[in-house]
Amino acid sequence: MKILVVDDEKDVQVLFEQRFRKEIRNKEMEFAFAYSGEDALKYLGDLSHEAVLILSDINMPGMSGLELLRHIKEKHKEPPPLVMMITAYGDAENYNTAMKLGADDFLTKPLEFSLLKEKLKAIH
Amino acid sequence: MSPQLQTISDFIKTSSGISDAEKESLFKLIKEVDKNQTMIQFKLERIEKDRNTLSIMLQESIEDLQKKSLVIEDANKALTQTLEELKATQVQLIQSEKMASLGELTAGIAHEIQNPLNFVNNFSEVSNELIDEMTEQLEKGNAEEAKAIANEVKMSLEKINLHGKRADGIVKSMLQHSRASTGKKEPTDINVLADEYLRLAYHGLRAKDKSFNAAIKTDYDENIGLVKIISQDIGRVILNLITNAFYAVMEKKKLQPTGYEPTVTVSTKKIDNKIIVEVKDNGTGIPQKAIDKIFQPFFTTKPTGQGTGLGLSLSYDIVTKGHGGEIKVETKEGESTGFSVILPV
Repeated sequence: MKILVVDDEKDVQVLFEQRFRKEIRNKEMEFAFAYSGEDALKYLGDLSHEAVLILSDINMPGMSGLELLRHIKEKHKEPPPLVMMITAYGDAENYNTAMKLGADDFLTKPLEFSLLKEKLKAIH
Repeated sequence: MSPQLQTISDFIKTSSGISDAEKESLFKLIKEVDKNQTMIQFKLERIEKDRNTLSIMLQESIEDLQKKSLVIEDANKALTQTLEELKATQVQLIQSEKMASLGELTAGIAHEIQNPLNFVNNFSEVSNELIDEMTEQLEKGNAEEAKAIANEVKMSLEKINLHGKRADGIVKSMLQHSRASTGKKEPTDINVLADEYLRLAYHGLRAKDKSFNAAIKTDYDENIGLVKIISQDIGRVILNLITNAFYAVMEKKKLQPTGYEPTVTVSTKKIDNKIIVEVKDNGTGIPQKAIDKIFQPFFTTKPTGQGTGLGLSLSYDIVTKGHGGEIKVETKEGESTGFSVILPV
């Protein structure tokens, strides 16, 4: 399973690589990282990097996670990637906007990795 | 005639040794003396009268002056009190400006502390897992694998330390921002200072207004090194310029919702013996009629309640009086604004 993680905090990459080290080692999951909404769109634009699941932060400079979600849902219809939003701002407004834009899930920070792992395994 | 002259005159009249002609001549002389004496007496009386009048007038003047002096003294007291009140108000205003900007930052601060805290929690959890795994590998006798895991633990611990320090730095700068300035110039990494306030301002605004977003560009001159500044004060200047820049791009976005990319650029550079901090935005620009007033206290183009009108005025004082530097502005109405803070090193 290819997972694209979008977050402006670069250490998120180290964290994911450590927390999912077994899954990565066993080739159960494959992660790619983008540090902005714009980078994520560039990555998705290249078909060889087709991700089936996108985990995106909301609050990022430049293109926000919600804008990225809108772009993905509008432009990448076939096959439609799953998009999970991960944010420190888990308020109703963000949640409702994300759901309206077609988010497949909404998780809040600090991220419960065990919960995320369960969710990812369920998708897998 | 005076009694003395009368005595002399009577003596002459009865004296037999003086001829009538001589008597006549002496009487004439006595009359003249008498006349002169009367004149002198008259003059003396007039001088005396004048002196009295003058004395009265002087007395009146002195009393008048004393009254005036009392009035001036009262006025002086009132002025001193007003001055003290003004000074106290100024201190209060500076404090409310600081607190207002701190209020603006609160959400940004929360976000900026939450992020490193999340890392601290997540990396410490992962370290625990890694240590369990390492023990497992050691029990199996896989020393190489255990070593590899130990390196992972080390990396996790470094991240915990890094993010702990990051949160610590934010709390310290927040406390510094709310405290009165120490007025002490200390070696400061101006790039770190600018970036910290950029992130706080950005996340603060994002938390307040979810529709807000702007591209942030930074270009820090890594060769600057440490600069001796009053970091609290210069931090406040940078924060003020960044907040204004974000405000200008937000305003423009409202007028031009499509096809406009709000962008704020923060850069630093060292040229000769000067450090230049630039904050640029592609926002609304400053109207020509306002440009001369922007550094005046209480001047604001923001709606009531949104700006104290003290930000740029305080910034100007901090840069010029506090650091012997300059603050320059270049603007094009409707297009862009760039503020440069030039500090001598």
